[in-house]
Amino acid sequence: MSIASQPPVLRLSGITKRFGPLVANDAISFELERGEVIALLGENGAGKTTLMNILFGHYVADEGSVEAFGQPLQPGDPRAALDAGIGMVHQHFTLADNMTVLENIALGTQSLWLPRLDRAVARLRIEQLSADFGLAVDPAAVVSSLSVGERQRVEILKALYRDARILILDEPTAVLTPAETDALFRTLKLLVAKGLSIIFISHKLHEVMAVSDRVLVLRSGRLAGERATAATDRKELAALMVGQEVKPAEVTAVEPGDALLVLDTVSTGRRNGAALDGVSLTLRAGEITGLAGVSGNGQAALAALLAGTESPIAGTVVIGGRQIGDWSPKAALGHGIARIPEDRHAVGTIGDMSVTENVIAERYASPRFSRMGFLDWKAARNFAEQIIADYDVKCPSPEARIRLLSGGNMQKLILGRALDPEPSVILASQPTRGLDVGAVAYVHRMLLAARQRGAAILLISEDLEEILALSDRIVVMSKGRLSSPSARGERSIRELGELMAGHGEEGAKDAA
Amino acid sequence: MRLEPKPAPSLGMTLLFPLAAIAATLLLTSLLVLAAGASPLSVFYLVAKGAAGSQFALLETLTRATPLIFTGLAVAVAFRAKLWNIGAEAQLYIGGVVTVVLGTGALPLPSVILIPVIMLAAMLAGGLLLLGPAILKTRFGVDEVVTTLLLNFIVLLFVSMLLEGVLKDPMGLGWPQSQKVIADAQLPRIIQGKRLHYGFVVAIVSAIVVWVIMKKTVLGYEMRAVGHNPEGARFVGIPVNRVLMKTALLSGGLAALAGFSEVSGLKGNLTLDLSPGYGYSGIVVAMLAMLNPLGVVVSAIFVAGIFVGADAMSRIAKVPSYIADVMVATSLLTMVVAILLTRFRVRWK
Repeated sequence: MSIASQPPVLRLSGITKRFGPLVANDAISFELERGEVIALLGENGAGKTTLMNILFGHYVADEGSVEAFGQPLQPGDPRAALDAGIGMVHQHFTLADNMTVLENIALGTQSLWLPRLDRAVARLRIEQLSADFGLAVDPAAVVSSLSVGERQRVEILKALYRDARILILDEPTAVLTPAETDALFRTLKLLVAKGLSIIFISHKLHEVMAVSDRVLVLRSGRLAGERATAATDRKELAALMVGQEVKPAEVTAVEPGDALLVLDTVSTGRRNGAALDGVSLTLRAGEITGLAGVSGNGQAALAALLAGTESPIAGTVVIGGRQIGDWSPKAALGHGIARIPEDRHAVGTIGDMSVTENVIAERYASPRFSRMGFLDWKAARNFAEQIIADYDVKCPSPEARIRLLSGGNMQKLILGRALDPEPSVILASQPTRGLDVGAVAYVHRMLLAARQRGAAILLISEDLEEILALSDRIVVMSKGRLSSPSARGERSIRELGELMAGHGEEGAKDAA
Repeated sequence: MRLEPKPAPSLGMTLLFPLAAIAATLLLTSLLVLAAGASPLSVFYLVAKGAAGSQFALLETLTRATPLIFTGLAVAVAFRAKLWNIGAEAQLYIGGVVTVVLGTGALPLPSVILIPVIMLAAMLAGGLLLLGPAILKTRFGVDEVVTTLLLNFIVLLFVSMLLEGVLKDPMGLGWPQSQKVIADAQLPRIIQGKRLHYGFVVAIVSAIVVWVIMKKTVLGYEMRAVGHNPEGARFVGIPVNRVLMKTALLSGGLAALAGFSEVSGLKGNLTLDLSPGYGYSGIVVAMLAMLNPLGVVVSAIFVAGIFVGADAMSRIAKVPSYIADVMVATSLLTMVVAILLTRFRVRWK
C-alpha cells in the first residue's frame, strides 16, 4: 500500500469492554494507516458501536489502550479525541435544526466569552473546505431546510472544520439515495487523497466492497477476521459476520389473488413529515409490493396511514372489500392489518414493560387475555412462551424487560405479535433496519412465508437491494406521490434511482 | 462524570435504596441540627420516640399518615401514567367541601348509606377537578404541572370564599369555618377516645385496591403502558387520551378522599388549615414508595412519623419542628438520587 514506513495514525491495542457479564469488546487490536479506509463490518450487537464509543471517549475501556498519531489518547474524554484529530459522523445527525450551517459548524469551536461569532473567517474556511472536498452546501442556509444528504455533508464539514485527520462514519449511507451515496464515496476518495484516514461502519456488503481498502469483521465482540478488500468477496465477508454461510431467501412464484387493500387518491395531513398527495395503491393477496424512496418523502405518512395512527383527509381506503370508517390503530388491527413499525424502540415496543406485556399489547383487551376488566396473566404468559418458541426469540424469560433484548430478538417478537393471528394485510416498515445478517434473513423468510399463504404485503424500505430481492411489484415514492408500479425486473436500478430523486416518469403508465 | 445504564435492580437492591436514602437524609439533616446547637443523635432519638415510642405516639402517627396515604396513592397513580398531578392539595380541599356540603344535614340518610354516598361524591368532585387539566393536556398540550399547581391556589381561595360566605358556620364566632358534619356522616374512631379513625382502614383498603388495579386489571396495564411510552401505547391501539382521563378521575378521586377522611373522621368541619400541605407531601410519599401502592402505606407512615416525632422533639430539645419539613424535603431529594442510582451507574472520568 502507500507509505509503509510511516507510523499508523491510530492504534488500538487489546481493547476490552464488559457490561456486566456481557463482553462487548474482547481484546480488539487494529491499526489504521494514513490515507486508508477501513470498513468495520459486523452484525448489530457485534461491538462496532461500543468500540467507536471507546475510541471517541464516550466509554472507558476496561483494558487496552488507544494511540493516535503515536500519542496515547486520554480515555473517556471526547475533548481529547477531538483534539487528537478524531471526528465522528453519527448515524443520527447532531445538528441544531433552527440554526444555520455556519453556526452549526462553528458551534463550540470558539470561546464562549467572545462577544460574537467571527462569521467572516468561519465562512471563508467552510467555503474552502467545501470546494476542496466536493461538499457543496450553503453556509447561510438554515439546517431545517436542508436535505438529508446535505445535512450529512454539514456533519462531515463539522469534523473537518475541527481539523479531523481521522473520520469515523457510522452507517453513513442508510439515509442516502444511490446518487447521494455515490457523491459521498467520491468525497471519501478526495479526503483519503489529502491524507485523511477513514473508518467506515456499515453492514452493507456491497458498499464495504466499493469504498474500503481493508475490512475488519467483528462478531460477538471479537475481531472475526481482517481482509484486504481486493482479496475477498461478499460471500466470504457475510460468512465471517455470522459465522456461517447465509443463504439468500428463495422467492417462489405465487399467483397474485384478490385486491385486499385499495387506496384511491388518498391524501393525508402533514403530521408525519411529508404528507401523502393523492396516492393510489393496490395490495393483492400473495404479493409483496416494495415501496422504495429516499427517507422523508412520505413513506412515514403511508406507514402511519396503514398502521392507523394517521387518518386520510381525502380519498378512499378499502380493506377486504370494506371501506374504512373511523380510523385508528385499533380499527387497523380490526381490519386484519399486521403492523411492523419502523422504530422498534420508540413505537414497536414499550421498553420498560416485560416481553409478555409487549406480546399481548395489540390484543390485551380481547377475551383471550382479559375477563371483566382483569387481565389473564396465565394466558398472556402462555402466549408469550409460544411466540418465544415459535419465532426463536432469545430472551432470559417472558418477565424480562423487552429493552434488554437485542434488536433482532425484539423484531422477532414484533413479528410474532403481528403475524400470529395470520393477518391478511401486512405493513412492514423498514423491517430489517439495523438488524444483523442472520436476523435479516429470518425476517425475509417470515415475510415470504406470509406471502405464500396469501397475505398482501407492503414492504417499505430504504434498502433498494432488499426491495429488489423480495418485491413482486415495486413502486417509488417521491414528495408524497407514488410512481406507477413496475413488475420484478422491469425497471433498472438507475431508473428507480431517478424516480427516487424525484425525476418524474415520462408518459407515466396507468396505476394498477 | 457520566451515567451508564444498568440492568434492572434486584429486589434486595430495590429495598436497600430507600433505606440508604433515609440514612443519607439523616446525615444531611444532622448538620442542621448541629447548627441549631443540639446533638443529632439525641434529636433523632427523640423524633423516633415521639413518632412510635408510645401507644399515643403510634396512634398519632397513623392518624397523620391517613391523609398522606390517600394523597400518596393519588400521586402514585397519576405519575405511573406520567400525568403529573401536583394538585392533590386542591383535590383534597374539594373532597372536604363536598363532605361538608352533603354531610351537614342536607341528606337525611342512615350512616351506612350516607358515608359511601359522600365518599363517591367527593371522589367524583376531585376526579372532575383533575379532569380539566387532563383535557387541556390531551387536547391542547397544556402542561398539567402548571395547571394543577395553579389550581391549588385557586381552589384554596375558592374554599376561603365559601367559608366566608355560604358555608360559614353561623355559630362559628366569625371564624372562617364550616358547620360540623352530623353524627351519621362521621367516620367512627377505631379506639374509643383516641383520634385514630376508620379513615385509616379506608386508606389501607384503597391502597390494596389500587395495587390490584395496577397489577391485575386492563386499566392498570393501559396506565403503565401510557406512562412508559405513550407513542408505543397509541400504536398498539391503547386509547391514550381516554386512559389519561380515567387516570385523572382515579387520581383526583383518591386525593379527594383525603379531604373527606380528614373532615369526616378527624376534624368534623372544614377550615382553611384542613391540610398542612398533605397534597404536596403526597408527592414525597409516592416517590419514596417508588410509586408502588403498597409501598405508599409504608412511606406515608414514615413521613407522618417524622412530622409527629419532630413536633414532640421540638418541645423537648428546643430544635424548631421545621426540621421535619427539611427532613421530608431532603428525603425526597435523596430518594430521587437513589432511584437514579438503581437505574444508572456513575462513572467518574
